[in-house]
Amino acid sequence: MSLWEYANPTRFMRVTGAALPWLWALTALCLAVGLTWGFFFTPDDFRQGSTVKIIYLHVPSALMGINAWLMMLVTSLIWLIRRHHVSALAAKAAAPVGATFTLIALATGALWGQPMWGTWWEWDPRLTSFLVLFLFYLGYMALWAAIEDPDTAADLTSVLCLVGSVFAILSRYALVFWNQGLHQGASLSLDAEENVHDVFWYPLLVCIAGFVLLFVALVFLRTRTEIRARRIKALETRARMSAA
Amino acid sequence: MIALLARDLRLAIRAGGGFGLALAFFLIVVTLTPFAVGPNTATLSLIAPGILWLGALLACLLSLDRIFALDWEDGALDLIATSPLPLEGAAAIKAAAHWLTTGLPLTLAAPVLGVLLNLPPPGFLWLALSLALGTPALSVIGTFGAALTVGVKRGGLLMSLIVLPLYVPTLIFGAEVARRGAEAQAIATPLAALAAISLACVALLPFAAAAALRVNLR
Amino acid sequence: MSSPAAASPPLHSATTSFDTTPEPLRLAGLAVARGGVPVLAGLEAEVVPGEALILRGPNGSGKTTLLRTLAGLQPPAAGTIAPGAEAMAYASHADGNKATLTVQENLGFWARLHGLADIAPALAAFDLAPLADRPAAALSAGQKRRLGLARMVLTRRPVWLFDEPTVSLDRDAVARFAAAVTEHLCRGGLAVIATHIDLGLPHARTLDVTPFRATAAPGDAAHAADAFADDDGSAYL
Repeated sequence: MSLWEYANPTRFMRVTGAALPWLWALTALCLAVGLTWGFFFTPDDFRQGSTVKIIYLHVPSALMGINAWLMMLVTSLIWLIRRHHVSALAAKAAAPVGATFTLIALATGALWGQPMWGTWWEWDPRLTSFLVLFLFYLGYMALWAAIEDPDTAADLTSVLCLVGSVFAILSRYALVFWNQGLHQGASLSLDAEENVHDVFWYPLLVCIAGFVLLFVALVFLRTRTEIRARRIKALETRARMSAA
Repeated sequence: MIALLARDLRLAIRAGGGFGLALAFFLIVVTLTPFAVGPNTATLSLIAPGILWLGALLACLLSLDRIFALDWEDGALDLIATSPLPLEGAAAIKAAAHWLTTGLPLTLAAPVLGVLLNLPPPGFLWLALSLALGTPALSVIGTFGAALTVGVKRGGLLMSLIVLPLYVPTLIFGAEVARRGAEAQAIATPLAALAAISLACVALLPFAAAAALRVNLR
Repeated sequence: MSSPAAASPPLHSATTSFDTTPEPLRLAGLAVARGGVPVLAGLEAEVVPGEALILRGPNGSGKTTLLRTLAGLQPPAAGTIAPGAEAMAYASHADGNKATLTVQENLGFWARLHGLADIAPALAAFDLAPLADRPAAALSAGQKRRLGLARMVLTRRPVWLFDEPTVSLDRDAVARFAAAVTEHLCRGGLAVIATHIDLGLPHARTLDVTPFRATAAPGDAAHAADAFADDDGSAYL
């Protein structure tokens, strides 16, 4: 049994239909535990005070904002190479979810930046990268919405996703060059000497797990909706042809 | 390939839209800028490189949807696609024709308009050079965007939404060259980056544009 | 269908005038789709050099989709086409000529695109020489159509594909068109023409596409490509 068999819409519907209730339960559990732990049972930071607790929303949503685009890139490639419809629909389904996570990351970043940097918005390369990423999401979703034929739309958005990924990385480097930035360094890299303290780290991990599960659950749900819409279209076509 | 380039240039000259409109738009943007930010020459010379780059970029954007739309509507794109000329070549030629009718005139006009914005004297050369290097990238990226949206009716706004984020790196490095040039700073790094982006776009994006055209022609 | 005067065409007499050597056009189990919806399925046909294939069928029966597939603009949903798209020249509903360019400039562009310099044969074949310096915008509908058809003479492709070529042509122009196609066939070329009128071509055979229209029957080959149309729908509920 190979992984590709899940590309069959019928099989995908069966498996995800069975998995979704469990996924939702696990998501709720992780988010409830992670956020409660993070918000109420961690000490204040000695410099940043209680504002630091926004990392339990900011960091996971920023991570998922990027990961959603990566997932779209992979599913777009699978569509272009192997022509699995579920893959293209999963990319379509992931885009608004990823865009929302990116928007949450931007909003929480602004809320955090106000007390820390004294300004709601700073043209810092990291924040600006996310703004540019958000624009890429908008263009991608608009292209899906504008094209009627589903296979044409899947092909064109996949090409845009590929080209857009290259330009997103280019923009990232251009922005670092353009403005050196205020944003603190990565908090989670495994090899850095100065990471966040374990007290913040464990609840953050639980939150990240919760956001990943939330993303997967939302993408499954939305892909199922897209598959059903395609099913309706296929049945309508068949009905029209037998009538003719 | 030369035949297609010659035809597109001839069409641009006959129809009058190509050279004139983009240049007039550029002039208007530059004229409106002091009305918005005030006539203070110090302020103007500070923002002149950026405004000139942004104006050139928007003027470029204005004519992108004509690259394929006309040939799409009258069926010529079908016939070009079935001709011996590969679609990749056609896309590259279309981008070249767009640059010759838009990017090149904008590059030549920019230093003249720089006078209006009180651009510091060392900036003129670097502004022209950065536009000469950067506008080919704008044309090719725009050709890709036009190829993606050629099947969409009234796709101009959609195309802007897709193309503008792709313009970010070119704009950053291009405007940086112009700004540093105006302030007589070292320009080697952004200039090299701008040239690299431009060359890579010219080399690779015609393939992506041709892929998008093939999908749209199906 | 075939006129008695036309003897067996002199095959391969002038093959050097084509980019590729004319070979028989073979459609095997060909299925075509428009916008993902199957239109025609199970098409079988063979046309030898010097022969024309006339496509018939009601509007919307898939003739245009078939021609676009033959021209290589879209991939077949199933089956094979030989030879490849590099042997085909396609004349669609739209002529692709530019209103601001003259007749001569329009034809000159297509000629150079196909590696030719001389447009005189095309001007002569469709009686366009008197109009050579006129902008295409100033032509009548029938004259525009003649300009569009004249392009085919300049393609050097052995297989000519026409989609309703005689629309807005008068009787005289239809005769010119038939003569141009006949000459092409006599030089060893082939033609596939979707048309409703009798062109009086020698060695023409007719293919009615109506029996090949894709049906909605479950298990039909045309639906095999649609991943969302299988019969067991329980998983979707």
